[in-house]
Amino acid sequence: MTNFLVFCEVADGNVKGSARELLGKARELASGGSVSAVVIGSGITAAAGSLGALGADKVIAVDDASLGSYVPTSYAAALSQVVSASGADVVLGSASVLGKDLFPRAALLCDAGLGADVVDLKQGSEGVEGLRTLYSGKCMSAIRISGATKFFTVRPNSFVIDSVAAGAGTVEAFGADLGEAGYTVLEIESSGGDRVDLIEATSIIAGGRSLGSAEKFGIFDEAADLMGGAVGASRAAVDAGYASHSIQVGQTGKVVNPNLYIACGISGAIQHLAGMRSSKVIVAINKDPEAPIFQHATYGIVGDLFEVVPMLTNELRATLSD
Amino acid sequence: MKIGVLVKQVPDTESKIRVNGDGSGIEEGDIKWIVSPYDEFAIEEALTLKASAGAEEVVVFSLGQARTVEAARTALAMGADRAVILDDEGFAGSDALGVGKALAAAIEKEGIGIVFAGRQAIDQDSNQVPQIVAGVLGWPHATWINSFEHEGETAKVKRPVGGGNVEVVRVNLPAVFTCTKGLNTPRYASLPGIMKAKRKPVVRYSPGDLGVEGAVGAGAAKAVHSDYQMPPARPEGRMLSGELSDQVRELVRALREDAKVL
Repeated sequence: MTNFLVFCEVADGNVKGSARELLGKARELASGGSVSAVVIGSGITAAAGSLGALGADKVIAVDDASLGSYVPTSYAAALSQVVSASGADVVLGSASVLGKDLFPRAALLCDAGLGADVVDLKQGSEGVEGLRTLYSGKCMSAIRISGATKFFTVRPNSFVIDSVAAGAGTVEAFGADLGEAGYTVLEIESSGGDRVDLIEATSIIAGGRSLGSAEKFGIFDEAADLMGGAVGASRAAVDAGYASHSIQVGQTGKVVNPNLYIACGISGAIQHLAGMRSSKVIVAINKDPEAPIFQHATYGIVGDLFEVVPMLTNELRATLSD
Repeated sequence: MKIGVLVKQVPDTESKIRVNGDGSGIEEGDIKWIVSPYDEFAIEEALTLKASAGAEEVVVFSLGQARTVEAARTALAMGADRAVILDDEGFAGSDALGVGKALAAAIEKEGIGIVFAGRQAIDQDSNQVPQIVAGVLGWPHATWINSFEHEGETAKVKRPVGGGNVEVVRVNLPAVFTCTKGLNTPRYASLPGIMKAKRKPVVRYSPGDLGVEGAVGAGAAKAVHSDYQMPPARPEGRMLSGELSDQVRELVRALREDAKVL
């Protein structure tokens, strides 16, 4: 029996999609233990109330006006205090930009070990253990945590959760001692519309240097929107100034784990594969039939992306818009 | 003000990685070791800040095996002033908590007022140690910064947080910052720089020197990697054929009906 506490991120008043995946996996591994959720933020009552339907028995809400934006020190203080009060055996969070920042500090405050960015979780001989990728995905290892509390962050889209059993979802307010923040969010500059972040995207369509200009990168926008996904870029495209580094996939960019990755005009250098090789389905579109990307592809089309992508967009519009 | 930089020695990005016989780690035989690429942004930012703020010195900190001093020498050749090396046997087998506690103790001992690190080391990709260092010291931290402006007692930084959003944040100093691409262009070590680096001071501390015995090393590690294995092979792919428009139609059908990812 294992008691879980799942940190669920809230954005614009709504619980993020990773909550379903994490709560579902927690329920599967709890074997009779409790599954609680914790939400931290400002004005998060509605978000907290939605977590019972995703399987939370109890929802602990740290609601404070100063927590509207992510503040590492305050969030770590709040999460560690909730963990201590809850007596959870395992604490889960998403290995999102926020989760990767928060969990190491929160685990330290609990003097607990953290398995970061795991791609699988299971019950082992010493309780819940994780599976990680190392050396940019070139090898993997188990990660086992000793001690009373084990922390894990999970790479987004690692688990397929078919159905969830609703929990009671009783919301309890928790007053945390937030301490000195030393960190003030002055503003959020928004440039990329409101597409989902690459790390959390379930589908990604990406291009390389062969696009030839920043304007031509717009060729992917409609396909990405139709799939509810994101646009990615190779390092060569970013270095050439065609795309922002924030959408670079690869060793010096982001490691992504979508269900569907469509690589267009990307040759498949090791550097790029390091960032997307764990994608469940990889589609390669390239006019060079010898491009290494085809060796990693689930489906391959030899053709010019400037011909194929518009056809693909039309086909997606015809099948997905209904 | 003294500026600290955290540096980790990692396998070159082009290295072939092979799991060793008993799955306890990787074969290190023919690996070429480099400074983790993100750490180069941290070194560059520290050197830039030293020049603009008239800081006293840039001190490099590196924990690892005996060879980790080579990584520190690279930073010294770029222009850092001296290095603190934690290569004592007592640190071996530390997990991220142990490494963070050791580095924090060394940073405190050296009287450092601001710390830069890479956003993650490209071997374990754990993305943990700098936040732990900040937590132990009780300092704020800001991760993944791509812009840094020193403003006296504070710093104004930008963090690309995904989805096209960039957070603009003011952080009180002392603090720990982790650096990502776009922050600066790391300089190359010059030949005179490489020669000078050989004579720059390097000090070594043991766990006892730092007062962290019992908190570091394999015995204290709470998070342990084991059962190293190669990633599972991907199933054989399928090349589509025929008219391009038919291929695209078949692709979308297969993605929906066979792979069920649309």
